[in-house]
Amino acid sequence: MSKGSPISPSLMAAKSAGAPKAPERVERPADAGVDTAAVSPVLGPNNVVPPTVMTGSQAIVRSLEELGVDDIFGLPGGAILPTYDPLMASRMNHILVRHEQGAGHAAQGYAMVTGRVGVCIATSGPGATNLVTAIMDAHMDSVPMVAITGQVASGVIGTDAFQEADIVGITMPITKHSFLVTDPNDIPHVMAEAFHLASTGRPGPVLVDVAKDAQQGQMTFSWPPKIDLPGYHPVLRGHNKQVREAARLIAAASKPVLYVGGGVVKAHASAELLELAELSGAPVVTTLMARGVFPDSHPQHVGMPGMHGTVSAVTALQQSDLLITLGARFDDRVTGVLKSFAPNAKVIHADIDPAEISKNRTADVPIVGSVKEIIPELSEALRALFAVSGTPDYTNWWAFLNNLKETYPLGWTEPDDGLSAPQRVIERIGALTGPEGVYVAGVGQHQMWASQFIKYERPHAWLNSGGAGTMGYAVPAAMGAKVGEPDRVVWAIDGDGCFQMTNQELATCAINKIPIKVAIINNSSLGMVRQWQTLFYEGRYSNTDLNTGHDTVRIPDFVKLADAYGCASFRCERDEDIDATIQKALEINDRPVVIDFVVSPNSMVWPMVPAGVSNDQIQVARNMTPEWEEED
Amino acid sequence: MTRHTLSVLVEDKPGVLTRVASLFARRAFNINSLAVGPTEVPGMSRMTVVVDADGELIEQITKQLNKLVNVIKIVELTPESSVQRDHILVKVRADAATRLQVTQAADLFRASVVDVSTESVVIEATGHPEKLTALLSVLEPFGIREIVQSGTLAVGRGSRSMSDRALRSA
Repeated sequence: MSKGSPISPSLMAAKSAGAPKAPERVERPADAGVDTAAVSPVLGPNNVVPPTVMTGSQAIVRSLEELGVDDIFGLPGGAILPTYDPLMASRMNHILVRHEQGAGHAAQGYAMVTGRVGVCIATSGPGATNLVTAIMDAHMDSVPMVAITGQVASGVIGTDAFQEADIVGITMPITKHSFLVTDPNDIPHVMAEAFHLASTGRPGPVLVDVAKDAQQGQMTFSWPPKIDLPGYHPVLRGHNKQVREAARLIAAASKPVLYVGGGVVKAHASAELLELAELSGAPVVTTLMARGVFPDSHPQHVGMPGMHGTVSAVTALQQSDLLITLGARFDDRVTGVLKSFAPNAKVIHADIDPAEISKNRTADVPIVGSVKEIIPELSEALRALFAVSGTPDYTNWWAFLNNLKETYPLGWTEPDDGLSAPQRVIERIGALTGPEGVYVAGVGQHQMWASQFIKYERPHAWLNSGGAGTMGYAVPAAMGAKVGEPDRVVWAIDGDGCFQMTNQELATCAINKIPIKVAIINNSSLGMVRQWQTLFYEGRYSNTDLNTGHDTVRIPDFVKLADAYGCASFRCERDEDIDATIQKALEINDRPVVIDFVVSPNSMVWPMVPAGVSNDQIQVARNMTPEWEEED
Repeated sequence: MTRHTLSVLVEDKPGVLTRVASLFARRAFNINSLAVGPTEVPGMSRMTVVVDADGELIEQITKQLNKLVNVIKIVELTPESSVQRDHILVKVRADAATRLQVTQAADLFRASVVDVSTESVVIEATGHPEKLTALLSVLEPFGIREIVQSGTLAVGRGSRSMSDRALRSA
């Protein structure tokens, strides 16, 4: 009779919890957690369009319009040409980028600040492969994005035709899903499915590759289309029993920590988080992807965890007896050596992606679902428990953590070469712009300093390439963010290395009146690599000198370069000019501004947990570990 | 490492086999065997994937497979609750002197001779992988020229149908 056990995400989760075995088989309900009755899976207003004959390319544009898209980033080419023709007449705003990677990151930046699906378009072959880095970046950081690429005509697919690349195959491991469209009649439902997949469950990039003949062919368009995804049922509501078990653990813990990740930003659950945090009284750490989702100024915030986290945040996790993990994924940059991470902690892990639960660290209480739904349920369950047994007393835990916060605040030492400290520049940008600004970083030292020294008070204010670590993210992502939130001040805080990878989008910004502000933290080198060379390679600076800074040939001259791109541009080389230069930049809103902040190449990011060791080995400065006598 | 047999119901769409194979490659999961074919439901295929993995890894494999949009349902089939069969074609050296011994050996395994030439026979056999291993070790001394083997096929015992239930819940 037995038929083996079905494996569905929710059941797997329940199993690994060691929860009592359900007597009967748990089947995945038809629409587990998705309130399909109330909300159409087709994005947009669901206008009814009666059957209309049009071309495939018109159908692509019309589908985008019906899906509620306003802005698109792209660059045309042969195989996508048919689609660019009807795009010209569309109400949608298409922004012509200078490189497809810029279109991809712009779509990401747009999605990160608005929460809407970012859209980018490229042609076949190299156009499509230029999107690959951005697609991978979006995949690592769960950014809702739809990439539309032209493909050679279906009749010549597989013949190594001009500009043919198997982009569906190339991006298979780095997309949430992908489609190859060869029949124009498939376009409306594929587009609706792509947007549905990108924006629901764990968000991510979806690729729609459309053969040229499918764009040119006739089809009958009607809207809304039927979404047919029999294998896709994201679970939103957390399992009741698991939520109650989580609340029980929290009430019983003496050193709990709310370990908060980017999933809480994606779920727009910062208000729910604040309620849970204040109700429980537990300390909160916000990961690199979650900066701002819980206010930095809140007394319960103990900092960012991880390789360059604060001593208080890293130690809170290490010493904790209960991790309340919300939309975080135990990334190696947070955990350090995994087996030594938070060794005495039980783990509650709430995530919308069942595969993240117990992937790296086994969860004691797994909860599959959206944190938007789970967190309020958890608060509810906690309130009921506290009403009976009283609010837990974390006095000792807070005394320990507050002592760490006071003893090891973030800070920096002044460089000994007379140049400005990069940390000061970044700190001043944040202070003079304020928490309503949007800050977009590249990757490296300046990224870590921007996460450390800018005070984040709201979600969607901090954008960076976290999982992928893509140098060159900042300028195009800031461009996308500014398009999505035109009324906010948007800073790209970039390195001199990063900036040289994607600065061509300054042309896009200048021509399309997208007045971003770019702060190049110019230490004349690939700074983070140089830091590792200083620390771990005896100061042998192999190929990290970029010759852009103080006392070098200054190639390129960033001020001249920005000027050539039609941007306002300044150079700032002295501490006393920092504030005035930032103020000047803040006053210019009719064109992009680029500031070349010439800073010391010797500044390093601290604290640091060296790679390959336990987080207990955190160093607050070179070869300086905190005093641990006070613990326990 | 324990051997697990997963029955994976998938949409019959282009690239679905690549997606599954690519997932195993990308996540460094080991496929022991994989068989795929159509089912009684139009538009739906079924894969039987045999993997070697420990408890936590098999959980991760099934979760990652479940994330593939084209994967509709996954069931782990245990040896006790399922029928599992491999199919094999073996070309064995057999001349006039040894042919009778070879065919007798095949008979013992309820295998059949499907091709005969002066120098060889082709034997076809179906069975649990262990039975086929035993057959091969008996045939080995005669000289094995070629082996072609399918991936394991598996179906749950009893009257219930995996695709039926998947369709109802989909």
